[in-house]
Amino acid sequence: MRKHLFNVGAILQGLGITFKYMFVRRPTIEYPSIKKQHAPRFHGLHELRRYADGKERCIGCELCSSACPANAITVIGAENAPDARVSPGERHAASYEIDELRCIFCGLCEEACPTDAIVLTPRFEMADYRRGAFVYSKDRLLVPSDAGVGTPPDERPNGIPADLGRVAEVKSTMNVDRGYSATHRGEVLKTERKGLAG
Amino acid sequence: MLIVLVKSAILLLVVLTTFAYAMLFERKIMGWMQLRPGPNRVGPWGLLQPAADAAKLILKEDLTPKTADPLIYRLAPFISLLTAFAVYAIVPFGANGDGSPWAIGDVNAGILFLMAISSIGVYGISLGGWASGSKFPLLGAVRGTAQMISYELSMSLSFVGVLMLAGTTSLTGIVNAQERVWFFIPQALGFIIYVITAVAETNRTPFDLVEAETELVGGFHTEYSGLRFGSFFIAEYVNMLTVSCIASLLFLGGWNAPFGLTMIPGILWFVLKVGAFMFFYMWLRATLPRFRYDRLMTFGWKVLLPIATLNLVATAAWVALH
Repeated sequence: MRKHLFNVGAILQGLGITFKYMFVRRPTIEYPSIKKQHAPRFHGLHELRRYADGKERCIGCELCSSACPANAITVIGAENAPDARVSPGERHAASYEIDELRCIFCGLCEEACPTDAIVLTPRFEMADYRRGAFVYSKDRLLVPSDAGVGTPPDERPNGIPADLGRVAEVKSTMNVDRGYSATHRGEVLKTERKGLAG
Repeated sequence: MLIVLVKSAILLLVVLTTFAYAMLFERKIMGWMQLRPGPNRVGPWGLLQPAADAAKLILKEDLTPKTADPLIYRLAPFISLLTAFAVYAIVPFGANGDGSPWAIGDVNAGILFLMAISSIGVYGISLGGWASGSKFPLLGAVRGTAQMISYELSMSLSFVGVLMLAGTTSLTGIVNAQERVWFFIPQALGFIIYVITAVAETNRTPFDLVEAETELVGGFHTEYSGLRFGSFFIAEYVNMLTVSCIASLLFLGGWNAPFGLTMIPGILWFVLKVGAFMFFYMWLRATLPRFRYDRLMTFGWKVLLPIATLNLVATAAWVALH
């Protein structure tokens, strides 16, 4: 009892530690204004890509939908009209819907896709007040025709798209450049996929 | 009369502003010590946080539990607030050239007034907790009462040592008596006892058993909401400011400058000393865990009280021999 009551040294030591920590660099990243860098192949919101001529890559085969473990994808395919082709193939996706609330962001759709049409981008800010707003259809999934073709994940230089805002400089295992070159995963995948890239 | 009113109004404003920013400062300091940035969303560096908090507290619903005693339940926050502010009627902040203090009233029994008022302060806590009509506030109130009684004794005894050295109960007189040597040197033991009991007196960590959010939800103010809770909150911080003022007046020489640095005005020295004390209490809160209740009582009665008594006897002997 007495030993504990008179342990003034321990109290002083504790005070010293808290005082020291006042001047230690805080690890806080002030999120809405500064974003933390993600790994290069971070799985976020989906994107439907295009070919360079503006045609959609999706051929409406529904492989993504059958690969999806969460049943989040609904594709309704349709024949391409010969005079107004939506995609280079026979068919295209008349409707393509992903319920992002069901999606578990596993990336199996991306792996199943024979034309590299559906990819997961690193965008993660999808919050909304309505449930219905999480069902993304082609109007939001498809890369706008004036915004290029979309980037396959293994060609992205870093995790967060530039238009999402300031990105924190974080030196950690999540540091993108290091993680990217250390695994060489991107390069390997790029060579593996060469036959498909268009 | 008018001058007193104007002085009171100014002082009230100063104390309330100090409270608001002491609260912000505490949250900042606690944040830094815990590797967090602290409040920084409202205004630059979170400087408008107190205003946001005030707006929030005013707009909150004012609840009274069915089992509460309505009159006492409503009265208790005001007792806390009133006693917290009443002390400032006699606290001097500096002195004019002719030795008259910067205070609303220069009471020659300043310390006695102070002890009386701070004893009434506990009624806010115990009545508030009792009148809430639920278990946790009652437990908090009981703890508060017991804690106040056991720690106020040692606190008063630590005052008496200073009184004997200064030979006066007037706060201005005590500060003037410290012109040569500040009382925390001859009264080192008394000073330590005062610092400890002052934490207990303001019910702050590690002696915040009255609130003890991990055991008692919120202690005596569990049932309070809105501005009534805010009153308790203000009272706590104003009390913290009070004990800091008293500590610097009684033990750290008040507005006396150290090392003959008299070119810096006394009021600044006073503010600096009070600020250092406030920081110390925030620092303690970020560092120490809460005492166990029986340890708190043991510490108060079996350790602090005998030491305070010994200190008193030794001081009395020293004064008598000189």
